[in-house]
Amino acid sequence: MLVSLFVACYNDLLFPQTGRAVVKVLERLGHTVEFRSAQTCCGQMHYNTGYIRESEPLLRRFVETFRDAEVVCAPSSSCVAMIRDHYPKLAREMNDPGLVADVDQLVPRVFEFSEFLVKKLGVEDVGAYYPHRVTYHPACHSLRGLKLGDIPYRLLQKVRSLQLIELPEKEECCGFGGTFSIKNADTSQAMLADKVRTILDTEAELCIATDNSCLMHIFGSLHRGRTGVKTAHIAEVLASTEGEPFV
Amino acid sequence: MSIRIGKAAEAPPFQEAARHALEDSQLRHNMRHATHVIRNKRNNIVGELPDWEQLRAAASAAKAHVMRYLDLYLEQFERNVIKAGGHVHWASDADEARQIIRDLVEQHGGKEVIKVKTMTSEEIELNPELAAHGITPYETDLAELIIQLGEDFSSHFVVPALHINHLQIRQIFKRKMPLEQMGLSDLGEKPPELAEAARRYLREKFLRVKIGVSGANFAIAETGSLVVVESEGNGRMCLTLPDVLITLVGIEKVVPTFQDLEVFFNMLARSATGERMSPYVSVWTAVNPNDGPKEFHVVLLDNGRTRVLEDEEGRQALHCIRCAACLNACPVYGRTGGHAYGAVYPGPIGAILMPQLQALEHSQSLPYASSLCGACYEACPVKINIPEVLIHLRSKLVQGKQEHIGGKLSRENIGMKMMSRVFQSESRLRRAHKLARLGQGPFKADGVVSSMPGFSAWTRSRDLPAIPKQSFREWWRDRGRQKRA
Repeated sequence: MLVSLFVACYNDLLFPQTGRAVVKVLERLGHTVEFRSAQTCCGQMHYNTGYIRESEPLLRRFVETFRDAEVVCAPSSSCVAMIRDHYPKLAREMNDPGLVADVDQLVPRVFEFSEFLVKKLGVEDVGAYYPHRVTYHPACHSLRGLKLGDIPYRLLQKVRSLQLIELPEKEECCGFGGTFSIKNADTSQAMLADKVRTILDTEAELCIATDNSCLMHIFGSLHRGRTGVKTAHIAEVLASTEGEPFV
Repeated sequence: MSIRIGKAAEAPPFQEAARHALEDSQLRHNMRHATHVIRNKRNNIVGELPDWEQLRAAASAAKAHVMRYLDLYLEQFERNVIKAGGHVHWASDADEARQIIRDLVEQHGGKEVIKVKTMTSEEIELNPELAAHGITPYETDLAELIIQLGEDFSSHFVVPALHINHLQIRQIFKRKMPLEQMGLSDLGEKPPELAEAARRYLREKFLRVKIGVSGANFAIAETGSLVVVESEGNGRMCLTLPDVLITLVGIEKVVPTFQDLEVFFNMLARSATGERMSPYVSVWTAVNPNDGPKEFHVVLLDNGRTRVLEDEEGRQALHCIRCAACLNACPVYGRTGGHAYGAVYPGPIGAILMPQLQALEHSQSLPYASSLCGACYEACPVKINIPEVLIHLRSKLVQGKQEHIGGKLSRENIGMKMMSRVFQSESRLRRAHKLARLGQGPFKADGVVSSMPGFSAWTRSRDLPAIPKQSFREWWRDRGRQKRA
């Protein structure tokens, strides 16, 4: 399958290793990955902060970039939730019937990475080896937006030598929420402190998620506190093999 | 007409109030404990119903239908109340509602009223109005009584005293109740002892006071009946013992038929208190000879609701049945408590209701008081898409700001506009990447940025990962070159 990677703007700049991991996993499974360099940002930050008019050209650009793609795979549950939950409505507000038709045809072909592996490719064991004790934080958009359910767990359980520890109160938001973490920094930090406490309680070496934006937030506190606990995107765990450890 | 709800217009912005609330260790403990207890009870009891999602869909559809034909159902309700011997008053705002109720009490020479817990009464600030005119209101719901005696404010609309614990309640009772007159020599710390004190304090008022004031959970158009759902039985007392009953109800509370209650009764108690059904459900239709009050008045309150109805996207906030499941589920509310919202209706539903009921400018911080985690939407029995409405209100605020030069020149607006432009061109994005990498240079150490001008809201408590040497797109380009070579 020719898989078009939408890496997400923040991964592109801050977490390029996640994009590389997705490429590695998909190629290992025998698929071809393409990266359309015209891609930038899905518009989530603008949209969620209320800058809806400013997110419109970004929707248009996304659609123009990926209109003829066979499938689009993105290692970011919040971006895929933006596309799936808000693009159809936003396109209609833009009063462009052609765009609406394009969006309606494209959106069902856009998948979050773990969902793509399990639901679209039907793969749970990607041949990964990861000899570490990890816990998994279900990011809000993967949990309540995309309703990924047990998909990420099924993938992680098939990773050889990986020890998966259940995260207490896992469904609680980490407090990131995009610009919420800035506009309501104190409340955001209070939420983060509880999330970090539960992560430390698991005595895991790493916290895994489907979304680097939440992980960036969690990492920020884990590192500031010198806890020694790291964060990694699920793609990076799945990319690791015994011969070639990824992280 | 500029509608203001309670003291919300004078309240400090959410983030400021929240900062103080977050430092109150007693409050944090009380909030965490109480919201987790109710949330777990709710999850267990909702989990019993295999058709919960169908019930949600049915409830949502029923409410959407009522909003579409609200005028017709309200007129039908009015006709049926009058036919049954009751009186109907229409109040367009809080001032009118207060005046109507005060006039009614004064016409009957009342100096006291007993009250069933009612949010609409909080909304119109009825108690201070009555008190200012020599009429004493007695709250009879246990939690509302605690709030009233403690001269506090409600922080939750199902359990208003959620933010205080039993030891704090004991102190309030000891200070404010005539314990000796009530036949109590001392007051213990156990909840049953506190409940007994409240019972003795209230029983005497139920039997003496001749005017009752209530709200209502539902108003039934086809019969002109009203419904109060409660846990303690104090409501039943207030609705049946007085000679005169005055019910203040928001116009959005009307449902077409008695049959419509089936769905809501299946959901309300489960969502609100984690019970299969509420211990007391009172349904009454105006007056009956030799049974209950001799005179009945219903005051239908608009107070901004018809304006909310005009907004196709925002109007779903009017579907709310006040179960407060969204409050108990909300990670923000669970930490800051209700007072930080500076609102009669706190929590996620308050964050979309308050800015719409009153002018948006009076509650600009509330639409941002959410991480958009979606727990509220998931918990809502009538499927109000709270995150979607929050974003809608944020966009209204942004558009309002962009109309003024100050808003246009704000750091946020300039930043957002610039980023939107950067993301509209690949070459601009590449340049922005280089610039960001250069800009962080002096602040980078050991792979992180721990402080950087302009980012202090983040870096005060959190590190930022440093920007790596190579972006993904640069890596991809190099990889392509190597492959070709």
